[in-house]
Amino acid sequence: MAYDYDKSIRPGKLPHIWCPGCGHGIVMKGLIRAMDTCGLDRKNTAIVSGIGCASRLPGYLDACTLHTAHGRAAAFATGVKMAKPEMTVICCGGDGDGTAIGGNHFIHACRRNIDMTYVIMNNFIYGMTGGQFSPCTPTGAKASTTPYGNPDPVFDISKLAIGAGATFVARTTAAHPREIDKLITMGIKHKGMAIIEVLDDCPTTYGRRNKFRSVVDMMKHLKANAVPAVAASKMTAEQLAGKFLTGVLFQEERPEYTAQYAEVIKKAQGA
Amino acid sequence: MSSARLEVIERYCKGCSICVEFCPKNVLEMDVFLVKVARPEDCIKCMQCELLCPDFAIKVHDA
Ligand SMILES: Cc1ncc(C[n+]2csc(CCOP(=O)(O)OP(=O)(O)O)c2C)c(N)n1
Ligand code: SF4
Ligand code: SF4
Ligand code: SF4
Ligand SMILES: [Mg+2]
Repeated sequence: MAYDYDKSIRPGKLPHIWCPGCGHGIVMKGLIRAMDTCGLDRKNTAIVSGIGCASRLPGYLDACTLHTAHGRAAAFATGVKMAKPEMTVICCGGDGDGTAIGGNHFIHACRRNIDMTYVIMNNFIYGMTGGQFSPCTPTGAKASTTPYGNPDPVFDISKLAIGAGATFVARTTAAHPREIDKLITMGIKHKGMAIIEVLDDCPTTYGRRNKFRSVVDMMKHLKANAVPAVAASKMTAEQLAGKFLTGVLFQEERPEYTAQYAEVIKKAQGA
Repeated sequence: MSSARLEVIERYCKGCSICVEFCPKNVLEMDVFLVKVARPEDCIKCMQCELLCPDFAIKVHDA
């Protein structure tokens, strides 16, 4: 009955470093269940991250893991996949890592449609460094660097991924644990770039400053404002104000990058 | 339905109270900084507490 997570975690690594209530732990459990569902051989699975609280995730997992430079998860992961196309490659990291310093690597990995699954934990903030605003901090929200409210418009990560060329894009929240593993599983099985955006909570540096009295308030907010994309088509703009769409947002088939590159190698070798 | 046995790994629990608040049957309670299984007989084994615990600190077993 109880799920066996222990076999996927490096011995002695728990308790993890994340704050009480931090959603990254919920996402990690979902990722473990998805890897089990897909029957992934951990020796043939690379899990790659950048820097940030979210990017600490791979260090807990018993697989081939790479904790790289800030914003460079997609770049390192591309290298792994190019060198070893037979490996399953999973990226994970935060909104800051993936869309601020790493935004360029993120969009170009999407454009190439390289076969990997990128789990991006969007907690609307730079958690690790004390709550500076990220490109995903809601307009008007308070961060340590926007004490009067954030004047910036927001990146919609899923839309960004679709626009950049990812061929599987889905969104859920830390308050929807079963959907986390369902969507990551679909992403892993998809041949091409799969982006799974998980709206997440950072009670320590975001929640506190933004009128969420507790992590439970944040979780309830994520739960109450998620609208399945299939239901949204029947709703008015007014009804959708302040909501976020969840589930599979986009899916298409397009040639995958390592397969295309294998053709280049063949040509270059005169085959 | 057979009853449940709830296991709290106290060394991992950080007292966030997510499991307490999302349990549909009010089985769990906060005991200062740790979660306490107050009414195990009411558990319907929906798994919400285990799925939502960020800290791998609560497990739902068949009794
Ligand atoms: C080159 C470089 N610049 C800046 C930093 C400082 N830094 C560390 S983590 C981080 C932001 C992380 O935010 P996010 O990816 O959203 O992860 P979170 O901590 O919110 O999970 C920054 C700016 C760094 N480590 N390296
Ligand atoms: S600072 Fe925020 S993101 Fe980092 S561990 Fe704490 S709650 Fe999680
Ligand atoms: S399994 Fe469900 S009913 Fe039982 S304690 Fe957990 S949340 Fe409550
Ligand atoms: S959700 Fe987990 S860490 Fe939080 S109080 Fe419950 S058992 Fe403890
Ligand atoms: Mg963040």
